[in-house]
Amino acid sequence: MKRINYPFTQEAIRELKVGDNVLITGKLFTGRDAVHKYLHEGNKSPVNLKNQIIYHCGPVTLKDKLGKWRVTAAGPTTSIREEPYQWEVIRDHGIVGVIGKGGMGKKTLDACKEYGCVYFHAVGGAAQVLAEKIKSVDGLFLENLGLPEAIWELTVEDFPVVVTMDSHGRSLHDEVFKVSEEALKKLL
Amino acid sequence: MAKKIKAKKNGQKKSPLKKTSSSQFDSLLQLIRMTSTIIPDDVQRVILKALEAEEKNTTAAYAMDIIKANMELAQKKSQPLCQDTGTVLFYINHPKNFDQMAFTKNVEKAIVAATKKGYLRQNSVSSLTGENSGVNLGPGHPSIHYHQHKKEMVEVRLMLKGGGCENVSAQYSLPDVTLEAGRDLKGVRKVIFDAILKAQGKGCGPGVLGVCIGGDRAHSHAHAKEQLLRFLDDKSPLSDLAKLEEEVVMTANKLGIGPMGFGGKTTLLGCKIDHLNRLPASFFVSISYMCWAFRRQGIVLGKKDEIKKWLY
Repeated sequence: MKRINYPFTQEAIRELKVGDNVLITGKLFTGRDAVHKYLHEGNKSPVNLKNQIIYHCGPVTLKDKLGKWRVTAAGPTTSIREEPYQWEVIRDHGIVGVIGKGGMGKKTLDACKEYGCVYFHAVGGAAQVLAEKIKSVDGLFLENLGLPEAIWELTVEDFPVVVTMDSHGRSLHDEVFKVSEEALKKLL
Repeated sequence: MAKKIKAKKNGQKKSPLKKTSSSQFDSLLQLIRMTSTIIPDDVQRVILKALEAEEKNTTAAYAMDIIKANMELAQKKSQPLCQDTGTVLFYINHPKNFDQMAFTKNVEKAIVAATKKGYLRQNSVSSLTGENSGVNLGPGHPSIHYHQHKKEMVEVRLMLKGGGCENVSAQYSLPDVTLEAGRDLKGVRKVIFDAILKAQGKGCGPGVLGVCIGGDRAHSHAHAKEQLLRFLDDKSPLSDLAKLEEEVVMTANKLGIGPMGFGGKTTLLGCKIDHLNRLPASFFVSISYMCWAFRRQGIVLGKKDEIKKWLY
């Protein structure tokens, strides 16, 4: 089990390899379809994403009587939908990590290598285990996109993920696909 | 208002979360809460077996451990298993002289209340403007399927199906030249495996497939989805389909896709297949992929619309 702690650095990211189980402690910013489209269209990010980690997640959130937000369910959403935009967000905003599920494609893998970023896979559907790791909700941006689509600034502790695409050009998703494709040819 | 009820399902342990209710609205709200937060027993059993099957200290076992912890935590906290609380799909079997319009109103009321309580995420978005209705109502939401039956009771089944697994669901038109899939069960088998291969871990596997052979495009997809209402240990009464159901699971679990696509032993937890007649010109095969966070539950309503029995 490896750990990375806030503030995140390029050096720490470069040390991570495919297959590493990692516990993340520090800051995450959620961002999914609408945020990626928004940034792709050239809009300015409401937060500085340099050396930050983006989490593909649309959480369930509740506001308590004092107006304070609480995240009650927060698993990853499918990442491949951000494939057209992710490389650009890595390049232009300097993010060093992407958390999601299902993996991403070649454009993102290339950007991870070139700019120093890693893809962390969280367990899809594990919204309670992951929400428990959220220690505070520190900010809400682009609320007009709808609550699941907004940027939520979160502080997490020991957030469990697996590196499935590293900054050295390796992708577990490509490898598993090839293995399963070969196996299927023999079984059909 | 809330009293504990006795366990009615084959002497299984009673759940303290299963409470009685005093009106149609209450019963429906309960149903939504239970469906969103607790994996039905038949699915839990298979998930726990899959956890045992994975080799220790692998990424696959790690994922299955987190899945198990998540099931326990969601039940304990009565909070959604998955943040994507999915398309809200109701299936209602009712006797004659049943007021569908009044029932639909109560379903909608219960959905709005469940959203406010956080059992459902604000999950309904206008396809034209991108605007989120905030209450999970809008064109097509919820999806309600009424069916009249001969029995006197009202059965309400609910499935919450997330977007990730819906996105990897598929429909094929046979013959498929690229896959060399003809208009027979061999061809059906080929396209099912194509869907499994393409889905990899993206549908939050290990998953369950509902499959429909035949029908028109719309009915075929709907019927494939309805197969997911069957118990996981249920077998097709047609021997050819029962065989195919079993073989698909066995073979899929030799592909090495594994939980979340991390590699591993369990790729599928189940496969349920049925058929509809088709036109001579058409041969559709529809595959509905359900994630491991298989949220479906059902109730029988009593005379006062209280929950008389849980169906899963």
